[in-house]
Amino acid sequence: MTSVSRDELIIQVEGLKKYFPIKQGFFTTILSGEGANVKAVDDISFFVKKGEVLGLVGESGSGKTTTGRLVLRLAEPTAGTIRYKGQDISKLSAREMKPLRKEMQIVFQDPFESLDPRMLIKDIVAEPVRIQKVAKTEDEVEERVKQILREVELVPPEEFMHRFPHELSGGQRQRVAIARAFILDPDFIVADEPVSMLDVSIRAEILNLMLALVQRRGSSFLYITHDLALSRHICDRIAVMYLGKLVELGDTEAIITRPLHPYTQALIAAVPVPDPSSKRIAQVISGEIPSPINPPSGCTFHTRCPYAHTRCVEEIPPLIEVEKDHWVSCHLVDISQVN
Amino acid sequence: MPVLQLDNLTTNYKTSRGWVKAAENVNFEIEKGQALGLVGESGCGKTTVALSILKILPQGGRIRGGRIVFDGQDLVPLNDGEMRKIRWKGISIVFQGSMNALNPVFKVGDQIVEAIRLHEPNVSRQDASRRAEGLFEMVGVEPSRIRNYPHEFSGGMRQRALIAMALASNPKVLVADEPGTALDVIVQAQVLQLMRSLKEKLGLSMLMISHDLSIVAEVCERVAIMYAGRVVEYGDVEAIFKEPLHPYTQGLIGAFPSIEEKRKKLTSIPGQPPDLLNPPKGCRFNPRCPYAMDVCKEKDPQLQKVGSGDHYVSCFLY
Repeated sequence: MTSVSRDELIIQVEGLKKYFPIKQGFFTTILSGEGANVKAVDDISFFVKKGEVLGLVGESGSGKTTTGRLVLRLAEPTAGTIRYKGQDISKLSAREMKPLRKEMQIVFQDPFESLDPRMLIKDIVAEPVRIQKVAKTEDEVEERVKQILREVELVPPEEFMHRFPHELSGGQRQRVAIARAFILDPDFIVADEPVSMLDVSIRAEILNLMLALVQRRGSSFLYITHDLALSRHICDRIAVMYLGKLVELGDTEAIITRPLHPYTQALIAAVPVPDPSSKRIAQVISGEIPSPINPPSGCTFHTRCPYAHTRCVEEIPPLIEVEKDHWVSCHLVDISQVN
Repeated sequence: MPVLQLDNLTTNYKTSRGWVKAAENVNFEIEKGQALGLVGESGCGKTTVALSILKILPQGGRIRGGRIVFDGQDLVPLNDGEMRKIRWKGISIVFQGSMNALNPVFKVGDQIVEAIRLHEPNVSRQDASRRAEGLFEMVGVEPSRIRNYPHEFSGGMRQRALIAMALASNPKVLVADEPGTALDVIVQAQVLQLMRSLKEKLGLSMLMISHDLSIVAEVCERVAIMYAGRVVEYGDVEAIFKEPLHPYTQGLIGAFPSIEEKRKKLTSIPGQPPDLLNPPKGCRFNPRCPYAMDVCKEKDPQLQKVGSGDHYVSCFLY
């Protein structure tokens, strides 16, 4: 599914699957013949272009976090390939991955959990430099730490370096996590809901900071979120996930203004609009996301889809390109009509 | 006459380092059938206000001044026994974090029956059970599910069950603390739709607490914006959205990008909320305010009416 040349891609994922086995009773396993699995990520393909911000959007349980971890090889894929700059990394050993880790980093959701409470800020931020042995002397390490702390606006750096995480506010902690991720000047960054734990008044500040860091380095950015409204303002493209599958993928403006998949449409309709005069006549779809242990047959969304018909129950819809760079997986979308 | 009126409510928490000024001189009123949104960041005192109204403050919390007038009666001087008659029948609450608010070892229906029979002892078990089924139907959960345990419910269903429970004794005022915050967008929209229809159907008055202005805009007619323990702006929700006057409100609205707008650079409010043990002198927003003047650092601004409509602001700029 590439309409762009390979050199423009930093990440290329094909047929990626991640099944988590569930422990069952001995007899159940024997009788059913196979163990049950949670299909967290079920056969998805996408790519991230160099220098772009791709938003991975979905409800909880849609598999977006697992996808982010798989792409960085923080979780072992069950099947599929992950190419980083053209190289298949899906089967590399931990040792083979280590040099690549310099180039790919992650910022986690919760800055209260992702920083070791017993380490000084200086050591937290310096850890990647030390592990990768990119600085020759301790002075050089310190210089790099100071520089990146200045860049994430923890100034003066001397004042923060010798503190512990509990002495900082949530926003400052997330800045530390960002500094740690960016200190090696990575080419590819995954951020998993980096602002959802922060107060609303400082969310924009942290996001703007991350975007500036990404742009300055020309890095690529996979932004995982449930917040469609925010993604409209920061992403170049958006990928929508539902129950382990990609249902729609395209340029941000296309996804938000011309959503084709009924699930994307429902997601957008459900976002509250901060303007009381536009009190929408809410067309909220019913039900909640089903269990990924026994996902519905055919199109996994058919149980909640207002337009579902028999074909949706029987056949899995393929992800097809309906207009340039706009992909959707739905039986209702007829290519001839869209074009 | 308003159903619920807060008159200079001041609630503080006692700590070893002094009083935490969680809520100070909070004023607002809610008319019958009306919903008021109480909006602010974490730590601004919005939950403290809710807990004060029901007088269920955690240890160390104390109402140190003001009045809470419910149906013409001041609740502040009431003792625990008298408050028990107000709770559930007069004012009830849906707590934050619907996932943890139900007891996992009892059936959901039994928990509702217990609540009904505790407050109305002469209702028989069967009647209470029938009433629980009716409540479930009203909030959109299959009535037979009262015999299920909480873990058999999804997040949205638990939130609905909690709303049903809060409505068990026909309260006049429903306090909802962050309804839908931990839920997914679609489920959250379903819950908001339910709250709106309940308000209309039952003529319920509501106090809805949220950090998200857009959620409040969906349900409430009026809104009170809180910052560092004080109400900084208050009035008709449309007036405030159209013309936010307080610099904090302006910042807060700017910090919530709308999905309907074209891509733009996100704005934020520099700095962070103050420590309420030692709040800044004068207007509590002055260290973060782009328009701060000398007077803002010295004197406390008062909530004042501006213009002809229903719009109050506490700021020296006006």
